[in-house]
Amino acid sequence: MIDWSAHLPVLPIIIPLLAGACQLLLKDSRRRVRIGISLASVLAQLLVAVKLLLITSGIQASPWFGHIAVYLLGDWPAPFGIVMVADRLAAIMLTLNAVLGIATLVYATARWDRAGVHFHPLFQFLLMGINGAFLTGDLFNLFVFFEVLLAASYGLMLHGSGEARVTAGLHYIVTNLVASFLLLIAMALVYGVTGTLNMADLAVQAGRLAGPDRILFETAAAILGIAFLIKAAAWPLNFWLPNAYGSACAPVAAIFAIMTKVGIYALLRLGSLLLPTGAPAAFGGEWMFSLGLATLMFGIIGMLATQQTERLIGYCVISSSGTLLTALGMPGVTVTGPALFYLINSVLALGAFYLLIEMVERTRSFGADVLAISLEAFDLDDPESPDHSDDVVGVALPAAMAFLGMAFIACSLLVIGLPPLSGFVAKFSLLSAALQTSSADSPSLDTWLLVGAILVSGLAGIIALTRAGIRLFWSTEDAVTPRLSLSEAAPVAFLVLCCVGLAVWAGPVLAYLNDTALALDNPQSYIQAVLRQPAPLLQGGAP
Amino acid sequence: MELILSLAIGVLAGSGIWLILRPRTFQVIMGLSLLSYAVNLFIFSMGRLNIGAAPIIDAGKAADPALYADPVPQALVLTAIVIGFATTALFLVVLLAARGLAGNDHVDGREANL
Repeated sequence: MIDWSAHLPVLPIIIPLLAGACQLLLKDSRRRVRIGISLASVLAQLLVAVKLLLITSGIQASPWFGHIAVYLLGDWPAPFGIVMVADRLAAIMLTLNAVLGIATLVYATARWDRAGVHFHPLFQFLLMGINGAFLTGDLFNLFVFFEVLLAASYGLMLHGSGEARVTAGLHYIVTNLVASFLLLIAMALVYGVTGTLNMADLAVQAGRLAGPDRILFETAAAILGIAFLIKAAAWPLNFWLPNAYGSACAPVAAIFAIMTKVGIYALLRLGSLLLPTGAPAAFGGEWMFSLGLATLMFGIIGMLATQQTERLIGYCVISSSGTLLTALGMPGVTVTGPALFYLINSVLALGAFYLLIEMVERTRSFGADVLAISLEAFDLDDPESPDHSDDVVGVALPAAMAFLGMAFIACSLLVIGLPPLSGFVAKFSLLSAALQTSSADSPSLDTWLLVGAILVSGLAGIIALTRAGIRLFWSTEDAVTPRLSLSEAAPVAFLVLCCVGLAVWAGPVLAYLNDTALALDNPQSYIQAVLRQPAPLLQGGAP
Repeated sequence: MELILSLAIGVLAGSGIWLILRPRTFQVIMGLSLLSYAVNLFIFSMGRLNIGAAPIIDAGKAADPALYADPVPQALVLTAIVIGFATTALFLVVLLAARGLAGNDHVDGREANL
């Protein structure tokens, strides 16, 4: 009798891999079967993720040490074999990925999965790559899973084809290939210096380095950090993002909303492990803080300057990355919990926003956005524009416009951070935690910078999204009432309701996330769980 | 040997970076290939340079690690080659698609106005 629960940590990788492989064997015409497999796969992933969440939080009993699920592939002992580790942070991210995956998949079944071949297998492989990146406890496998998710994302990015998509995809691929090379160089250097690629073992070995070896290791960590910052869309490495996300089709852009967070997760994970021995530059402290501020500023300027709504959301993604990097760059552990809350909220909200915008764009007659600008500029009358209502399949939903309007307001509130939804809770707890960190005397300059930047980004969000809302809903006279199928409206409503749930249970969720932050601040338990032995003193002398 | 290897890596990486910054898609893909060769050589060199040492334990020799080459970088390089090869092939397809859709081979899809 096999004990299935022992294999739990590897299931989030196995399930989408098998589902994607099965779908590849089926013809594209067997659409219903493919959709069935996809749905079953994401639901199973959600179940596994929730189960892991319960285990890592200690609610359910588990055989693992310190409630950190460790899976040794092939049962090779930890520093030598490949290891999967699911701790609290990983479990949270897995759940988030599964929730977003379900919403985008249901949305895609309405029509986008027929815009090109192999949408469903690529989608499963993307989920597999993202899950793997969250679970891996090994630096080289982090690279491999990054490549898996990127390879799938290249295919999805080009899904639906068209010149704009292919050109944007070209830039996206080149940027990410160069980032992968940086990742490889850094990993090779890390291995050359420390002789290990296991992240827990690395945390131990890094403390023993001294002299030129330590300098070489810090160089490697800096290159590693640059590679992660490219994925996390930190300024000045994020020029590819608005174009790539704006050109991708709606469900793809929505699932991409979590991909920048994979970079942030990697920074957080390695940063927390390397911190006791003094984290190298990119993984915390001043560098991350100032980079985050610059990213936030870039996002704000982009939000105010951009005209197209898809690109506007791209800049919202950038400014959310900026907020996270700034918050994680603050010293101490108090800000990390609220930052994680902000991360969850922004992933759900931005995913919903991408799905919503595509539906809203259908209300506009063809070429209206170009006309709106030139009409303003030249003060012309509205020329008669032919009615190009999109050929949408599905039942016409009554009060579609009302739904779109309400959903737009909800998403805007979530992204900006106004009450009553969870965006407000996220930003408010972030600000109060930031003020608490320096409660001893007057708050430091950094705290004021963080508070100021977050408030300014909120103001910029209000201006930009209000303008976009007015332009989308009020200023078009010949708006076409779109036909929405239920499977398109439901995912947006589901994601918004998730955020409502976050706001209602903000107390327990924040408490849980603060515990996660504390666990991250004390990587000893992670190291012990992986290496199955008490870790030697990190500052320790000769081995 | 160290000098030759580091010169080779440096020349490959330098040419690769220069080519990536060029405006033609074909130059970019050549640059990516050269850069991937440089990176692969670099990973390989991280296992230290050995002459006449196999990465497989030989029953006839002593168990001294100094007699053998480090197998891990070789395994890593193999993985990196495979992944790099696949992504380059994918990039080639995208390059051709962009050429067909845009009608020129500029990376932005349109010629720069000079």
